Amino acid sequence: MDTIGNEIIKGKTLVSDGAWGTFLQQMGLQPGECPESWNLKYPEKVLQIAQSYIDAGSDMIETNSFGGNSFKLSYFGLQDQVYELNKAAAEISRKAAGSEKHVLGSIGPTGKMLVMGDVTYEELYEAFKEQAIALEAGGADALIMETMSDIDEARAAVSACRENTSCEVICTMTFEKSGEGLFHTMMGVTPAEMVQAMIDAGATIIGANCGNGMENMIGITEEIRKTHLTIPVLIHANAGAPVYCNGETQFLETPDVTAGFVDQLISSGANIIGGCCGTTPDHIRAIVQKVKK
Amino acid sequence: MSPEELLAKLSECVEFGKVNKNAPFPPAMKGMDGADELTKQALDMGINPEVILNEALIKAMDRVGEKFNQKKIFVPQMLIAAKAMNVAMEHLKPFFSSGEVKRKGKFIIGTVAGDLHDIGKNLVAMIVEGAGWEVIDLGVDVSSAKFLKSISENPDAYVGLSALLTTTMKSMQNIVNEIKREHPSVKILIGGAPVTEQFRAEIGADGYSSNPQTAVAYLNAQLA
Repeated sequence: MDTIGNEIIKGKTLVSDGAWGTFLQQMGLQPGECPESWNLKYPEKVLQIAQSYIDAGSDMIETNSFGGNSFKLSYFGLQDQVYELNKAAAEISRKAAGSEKHVLGSIGPTGKMLVMGDVTYEELYEAFKEQAIALEAGGADALIMETMSDIDEARAAVSACRENTSCEVICTMTFEKSGEGLFHTMMGVTPAEMVQAMIDAGATIIGANCGNGMENMIGITEEIRKTHLTIPVLIHANAGAPVYCNGETQFLETPDVTAGFVDQLISSGANIIGGCCGTTPDHIRAIVQKVKK
Repeated sequence: MSPEELLAKLSECVEFGKVNKNAPFPPAMKGMDGADELTKQALDMGINPEVILNEALIKAMDRVGEKFNQKKIFVPQMLIAAKAMNVAMEHLKPFFSSGEVKRKGKFIIGTVAGDLHDIGKNLVAMIVEGAGWEVIDLGVDVSSAKFLKSISENPDAYVGLSALLTTTMKSMQNIVNEIKREHPSVKILIGGAPVTEQFRAEIGADGYSSNPQTAVAYLNAQLA
């Protein structure tokens, strides 16, 4: 299997997977229940999610490990199971991916704030290192930082992955529109600031995830491309902004709408396209049809 | 330094997050007295604590809230300003307990059951406190029973509910229902990334706020 980076150098556009969190909720994950605990409790259900994205034609699949760092797991009393839960997450996704497709070990933020002195950089690094090693042991060939908003936390995560595994390292952050043509993370990081900092820390693929749908992602991709022409860019967009309706949260961007942005996203410079909250195997199928055309 | 100059200096320290003399942040104010030292000096100089609160702290946090709202500053600058305010507030606490300085009212806040996210909730709590309210922070994953208990203990308080996850909006709805059933007259303000004015109307909460500044505006308007 070629690396993701090599496939992109050869000129391919790749398709990633869709939502995990909202999918798990549909399958019965309760509010307040630890999503990663399902990797050991209900591995067959987690496999079903991974398999449904592979069946939809994605080139890569993430793992159910977004909150799998010791800080997040400690809320559920599971901080001693970082290794087991993450290794299982990667094993499940590897089972669905087989040997020909990529497994991206998902790493989310800790929820701790460096600026407030909640935690030190070294503590963050150690937590990400522990998670990264377990994901690689379970069969991940790439690691993806997701929904990052603080540049230093993202740096700790990327460095920990780069220095302790041989996986490809992808870093995506979540940006909001903060003005005409302007985007910032919650912590004030711009796409341009992210690019150089993450490349310096050892990321070989960068991008954006979550947010308010595909349309903003085009502007974010353009911002990234203004600072770097060749770095592979991965985009995981939500199926629009969440809307609460009849007691249910819904994401209203349909597969057709999502797919309608794909050409523009590619021409603005994206190399890997997938989904975040609210996207389904149908969204991925629609993206695959556009990309492989 | 005149009392006016001292208050202006203190206000600046809070606005830019200069916590104390040793704090490395912001670099431009390195080695200078911070909110901690200046509040003490102001009290030693005999400035009325209420004047310190109104003229220095509340004004500073008002500017911080406004800049945040305009996306001129982001979460880190806001947090560090709130930290400076909290340090200043510590010196004023004895005057609150003695009743010498009156606060505007009480505000109970928490992130709803099933949701562990506290950044937005903390920002609102800090800015509301900085606007002169007493804040009772119940933390994250707060059940309706816990809100009800706190309301019973503080019957004149306003209540704020926060949710980040789209899936815990349902939980927010349940808590609003429970509170309204037991305490129909208590005013409930809701907020959080997925929350909208439409959602507020649907679940029967009293106010919706998309940022800390409008939360303060809502609370202050209740007193008018």
